[in-house]
This record gives sequence, structure tokens and C-alpha cells, in this order.
Amino acid sequence: MGLLQKASKTWLLLELVKGLAVTGRYFFQKKITIEYPEERTPLSPRFRGLHALRRNEHGEERCIACKLCEAVCPAMAITIESEERDDGSRRTTRYDIDLSKCIYCGLCQEACPVDAIVETQIFEYGGETRDVLFYDKKMLLEVGDRYEAQIARNIKADAPYC
Amino acid sequence: MIEAFFFYVFALMSVVAGAGVILARNTMFSVMWLIFCFFNAAGLFFMLDAEFLGIILILVYVGAVMVLFMFVVMMLELNKAKLREGFLQYLPTGGMIAFILMIEFIAAASSGVFSNEAIMAVGHLGKEVNNTVEIGKMLYTQYLLGFEVAAIILLVALVGAIVLTLRTRDDVKYQNISRQVNVRKEDRMKIVKVKL
Amino acid sequence: MDGLDIAVTTLLWVLEILAIAVPVALSVAYITYAERRVIGFMQARKGCNRVGPHGLLQPLADGLKLFLKETIIPAKANKFLFVAAPVIALTPALIAFAVVPFGETRLFGLWDTPHVMSIAHLNVGILYVMAISSLAVYGVLLAGWASNSKYALLGAVRATCQMVSYEIAMGFSLVCVLMLAGTMDLSGIVHAQEGGFWHWYIIPLFPMFLVYFISGCAETNRTPFDLVEGDAELVAGHIVEYSGMWFATFSLAEYAALILISLMTSILFLGGWYAPFPFLDFIPGTFWLLGKAAFFIFVFIWFRATFPRYRYDQMMRLGWKVFLPWTLAWIAVIGIFTYTPGLQDLIAFYQPWR
Repeated sequence: MGLLQKASKTWLLLELVKGLAVTGRYFFQKKITIEYPEERTPLSPRFRGLHALRRNEHGEERCIACKLCEAVCPAMAITIESEERDDGSRRTTRYDIDLSKCIYCGLCQEACPVDAIVETQIFEYGGETRDVLFYDKKMLLEVGDRYEAQIARNIKADAPYC
Repeated sequence: MIEAFFFYVFALMSVVAGAGVILARNTMFSVMWLIFCFFNAAGLFFMLDAEFLGIILILVYVGAVMVLFMFVVMMLELNKAKLREGFLQYLPTGGMIAFILMIEFIAAASSGVFSNEAIMAVGHLGKEVNNTVEIGKMLYTQYLLGFEVAAIILLVALVGAIVLTLRTRDDVKYQNISRQVNVRKEDRMKIVKVKL
Repeated sequence: MDGLDIAVTTLLWVLEILAIAVPVALSVAYITYAERRVIGFMQARKGCNRVGPHGLLQPLADGLKLFLKETIIPAKANKFLFVAAPVIALTPALIAFAVVPFGETRLFGLWDTPHVMSIAHLNVGILYVMAISSLAVYGVLLAGWASNSKYALLGAVRATCQMVSYEIAMGFSLVCVLMLAGTMDLSGIVHAQEGGFWHWYIIPLFPMFLVYFISGCAETNRTPFDLVEGDAELVAGHIVEYSGMWFATFSLAEYAALILISLMTSILFLGGWYAPFPFLDFIPGTFWLLGKAAFFIFVFIWFRATFPRYRYDQMMRLGWKVFLPWTLAWIAVIGIFTYTPGLQDLIAFYQPWR
């Protein structure tokens, strides 16, 4: 490059003007901001949010208290106690997930042989105290009951890739 | 009346500030007193319709010189000066300087330049006299030689200060800023077509 | 002058001062808003748009938050100077506005001759602005020293070096303007540029315009020269120990200086309150001046969204080894043009004092 060309490029601040042009162009571009509470980004069916315990089509809870999830949980967030019910089936008496320990890895869902414990797409469940984040069996079943349709849909959507 | 009042305010303030400079224990406060003193001196200049001198006093002394003073004071380890330390030791020298200054003041005051008549003749000139223009004319015609000599002395001092402090050490790696800044995209980057 | 006269004059002065100080404080608040919005837009975001319609109440919310915050004075700080520093920073930024001419008015035909709208009519106005804006460094310096913190001290040291070195380049670029206008009165400089944009000093003094504007960036510690508060290495420089209202005072001073530099650039190089074309003169001059200043404020924000921070030694080099020789050379060029017979006619167009 010629000396004159080089000098004019320096003294006319061409590189700076180029930089300004880039930001100037972005000034008029469409903005990519998602204004969260009103607008939301789509969630993947694999999204790992709040946990839920599901029931089968007869309304019976699916969990058979095999404790695989408790064993696999890397954060030891799950506590399960079980005993034999009157009809002879093995059921949990206690199923607690401490969400302040949970790392949302999804291993419990992977480990579950009966698709009982699943992670839903719900992520807005914060609270002001820690005990809000301590979910027991009743609460988990409630979540499962309320969002069963969504959970089933997501599992079905993800099934071909499992 | 108002003018006299402001004169005494400014004069008193600058004397107080001058005393503050030597009486303050903290060097930082000494510097600030000196700045305050300059402001009052500038005020006195304004009262004499010498707005150019007043502004230049603030611009040069307060805006530049004192900033560097403060800079130096900031960098020094600050020890609170003990009052009257070595008072007797410095008394003869200081007293002599004060005495000479006083004689000079008296001599200047009685020389006739500041006599009542001479000052009345200048007085407050009208708006049509722009003293910036007048000072410029005087400096570049009547006092051109002195002005240029002063400029040369300053230049020599400037170069001298640089020469005294400039040293290049061999065991230190220096960066060449001009070369860094002048680097261009073309010198460092090459777009290569890679065959896949 | 009797008592009533003095009272009326004082009242008028107070009104004049309020008429400038209040809009400056308000526009400072809204420049912070504009800055966040514009930088957001340039980064393909939306910026703050939550508080009030389009986020217009955001500055008020910010101000309220800062007002209610606790002022923390560090235990080992010099308490008097620590509290005084923000005030010392803000004062010069505000009193420099005293000589800025905001336009000419006949007050709806009440006066026969147009009066210049400025609080004080000083015939060394440009020097006054230079002198006052050179005082701004004390606030930074004292804040850095009084905080008794190493980051603050380093920030103050940087600020001093930066301001002292860029002031010289700035002053010399102003000398070029003075050589063309032949007066140090700000309204006189504007009058010298009357009659269309081809009279504006940006044309003969384009390099000086760049030098002035870029030095203005450095004087007000704006990006790309904001290494005084460079968060990466100095956390926030001299304001690292400040909180609440005192912190707000510092940013008030910074943005007031920003407005001042923008106004001065438009007055000195862009014909002040004159329209670019004479037939557009039906729009009041004040709008033109404020519009030009607003444009420069936008450019400052634009710079901030675009450029990365300069390295410190590079910045000092720019001031001393690039700007200073350029300004000196341009003074020589204008001097030669002014007094060489053949070249005189070329530049006489811009020199109304001939």
C-alpha cells in the first residue's frame, strides 16, 4: 500500500469511522431483546425444571420406591422412605427433594424405570425462604397432577431421541 | 464603596490564605490554601479590570501548576510537619528574605508608578479598551525581546528537565508505542483460501 | 443604586442562574437515560424501558435510589476533603455555563437590538471556559487522595496526567479559532461564523475540530479515554469509595462537563446558534445550538458504544506526540495564510476582523 494511501487512512480516521458505521448500523437493526415476563423464549421438551411425580392412567402413583433416583442423585437431594402398603405393593411413605441442593442434572429422570419422577418445564418457583424450595411427596404429586398433559407431551416429543 | 469592600475581602482572604500555607500541618492543606490564595489574587485582578491577567492566573497557576504540585504532594509520604521545627535555624535566612522583600515593596510603592495621579490616569477605562488586545500589542512590539528571551529560557528548562530525567536502561524491555499503534490489519492478517 | 434596584438585579441574576442550572441538571438525568438507551440500541438490545412509558421515569428512579442510599465515609479517609471533593468537582462544571451564549433574542420584539442570551458577557469568555474546566481536575484529584485507597489514588494520578496533557492540545486548537475570529468573546466567535455552513470554522479548521472534540473526550474522561475509572484495572478509579448522593454528584459533574464540551464544540466550530442555511433562520437560534449540542452528545455516546479503551501510555502519546504537533503546525499554517499576501484572500473569508 502506498505511503500516501496509508497516511490518508490514518489521518482521516477511516478505521474509526468504519467502527462507528458498524455500531450505527446496529442502532437501526431489529432488537433481539425478549421482555421476559410478557415475552418468552420457546423451551425444549428436554428442559429440566421443577420435578414432578406422575401417576399412571388408573390414578395410582407410578413410583415403586426402587430408590434408584436416590442412589443416582449426585447432589443427594432426594430422600426416600418406603414400606409395604395394605394391598401388598411397595410404595414410598416419604419422597423429598431439596431443590436448593438439586443441580437439575436430570439423572433421576434417566434412572427411573417407571417414568415416575420427571423434570418439567416449570422454572418460576422461587421463594423468599429456603423451605419453599423443599418439596415433599404431596407437593411433587400435585405438580405432576396439574401438568400431566404437558409432561406427557414432552416425553412423547423426546421419545424418538432417547 | 462596594468596590472597596470587595477589595478588603479579597486582600484579607489572600493574606489569611498565605498564612494558611505556612501554618497548615498537612501538606495537602498547604497546597489548597495556596490555591485559595491564587483565587483571591485573581479576584483582585478582576477588580482592577485586568480580567485577562486574572483568568490567566487561574488557568496557568491553579489549572496547571498547582495540579502538578498536588500531584507531587500526593505521591510523597505524608508526614505531618511539626510546627516550629528548626524555627531558629531558619530565622536568619527567612528574616533576611522578608526584609529585602519589604524594602522592595516600599521602593516600588514610592517610585511614582503607583502614585495617586498615575493610577487615576488609568482608572477604569471604558468598554472599548480590550486589555487582552493591549497586552498582546505591548508584548509583541515593545517587549518582544524580553518575551522571546523568556520563551527561550523556558524551552531550555523544558529540554533540560527532559535530558536530566531521560535514561534508557538496557535491562528493561520497552514497548514502541508508535509501532504498536501504527500496525494495520494488512500487516498482521492474511486471508488464506484453504482447499477442502 | 437603591435597595430596590439591588433586589431586582439580584432576583434577575438568580432567575438567570436557575434558568440554566435547572435544565442542565435535568438534561444530565436524561442523558444518562439516553446513554443507556442508545448503547442498548447499538448492541441490538432495547435498553431500559420498564419504569414509566419507554422507561422515561428511569432517571427519577435512579436518582431516588441514590438519594436514599447511605453515604459511607471510609474510616481512614480524610473526612473533610472526602466530602468536599464531589462539590469541588461539580462547581466548575456548573459555573462554566455562565458565559455560554445560548442564542440571541429580541424578547418577542421588546428590544430593538438582539441581546445575547448568556448570564455573563465576558470578553475573555473562551479563556474563562478553559480556566474553569481546568479546575475540574481538582475534584478527581482530591477524591482520589482523600479516599485513602490505592485504586482511587491511581485513578487520580491518571486523571491528572490526562487532563494536564490534553488541556494543552485543547488550548492550542482554540488558538486557531481565535486567530480566525479575532475575538475571545464567545458570542463574537459565533457572530464571526454568520451566514450559512460555508462560514463555519469546521471547514478551515477541520483537524482542529477533531483535536478539540477528541481532547474533549479525554477532558471529560469519556470512553475511549476513561482509564481514570477503567473498571478492568482500577475498579472505578477515584469514585471507588463513594456511594449514594456523593457518587451521584460526581456523575452529575461528569455529564455537565459533557454538555459543556458539546456546546463549546458547536459554538466554536459549528456556528453556534446559526442555521446551516440562511433561509432556515426562522427557527429560533437556541434550537439550532441545542440541536447541534445534542448531536455531539449523541456522538459521545456513540463513541462509548464503539471504541475500546485506550492503553494509558498510548493515550499520553496521542496527546503529546500527535495532537500537540498538529495543533502547533495548524497555528503556523493559519499565521502564514493570514500574513502572506497571495494567500491572504483565501482565508480572509473566515476572518471578519479584516
